Amino acid sequence: MALQLNRDHLEAIRDHGRRDYPTECCGILLGHAKGDHKQVVEVIALKNLRREPEKARELLPVADPDRETERNRFLIDPRDQLRIEKGARAKGLEVVGYYHSHPDHPAQPSSYDREHAWPWYSYVIVSVQDADPKEVNSWVLAADRSRFEPEAIQLANSPHPHAAPVHLSEHSESNGL
Amino acid sequence: MPVKVIIPTPLRQYTAKKDAVELDAKTVGEALATLTTQYADLRRHLFNEEGKIRSFVNVYLNDEDIRYLQREQTPLHENDVLSIVPSIAGGSLLRGNCSGPETGPTDR
Repeated sequence: MALQLNRDHLEAIRDHGRRDYPTECCGILLGHAKGDHKQVVEVIALKNLRREPEKARELLPVADPDRETERNRFLIDPRDQLRIEKGARAKGLEVVGYYHSHPDHPAQPSSYDREHAWPWYSYVIVSVQDADPKEVNSWVLAADRSRFEPEAIQLANSPHPHAAPVHLSEHSESNGL
Repeated sequence: MPVKVIIPTPLRQYTAKKDAVELDAKTVGEALATLTTQYADLRRHLFNEEGKIRSFVNVYLNDEDIRYLQREQTPLHENDVLSIVPSIAGGSLLRGNCSGPETGPTDR
């Protein structure tokens, strides 16, 4: 189980997290999938619909509107998904996953993430501390929905793309900033 | 009416890997009922215990959300395309909840 992307893709995700801080950012990962190996071809930044609370709540209500805001929740507009999926199919690509940021929280899924997750997709999370993007991790929901499994991120231009996968941290990506 | 239902990737494991299913139906509700009769394992992913479409599931008729049409009663016309669009949502812990990140099961 691995998600392959290149440095530009990774930088696009981190940069979006920085740009939108302290709001959660989100976007779509398009690419190819073969078995449980996914290759990202395109990263598309999207608007966090929680910035429009009323509209977002019509689509997916929240339990505590005062505490569940765009700073700790994201929702992708399904119309964006529909439009992008159509475009992707026309280009022979498919949606392989999604990314979002955790402002001032680790790049680990919350229970809310898990409750709302779908199987198969890669869920990439970037931790952004004080507007500075830190570690990036990818996760896939376990078949029984009990937890997220960590998914290795492989850098496409790495000299040894098939080397033992590691989770990326700000240290391994410091050259990219 | 012959219509096409587009299946999102996470649910294709329940439709024999098909990305689209063609079927005959007069309404959105009938199309989803036929689909989940044909592919029974799909039912629990699309409907809750009360038989209503789950809140995490969006259904679009061509480019319109059926919530803003006539929901399940929305009539279908020949060659309409129904898209099942999974809600993509998430977020970090609520502020003031300092129990740390969570990757395992909860007591939910």
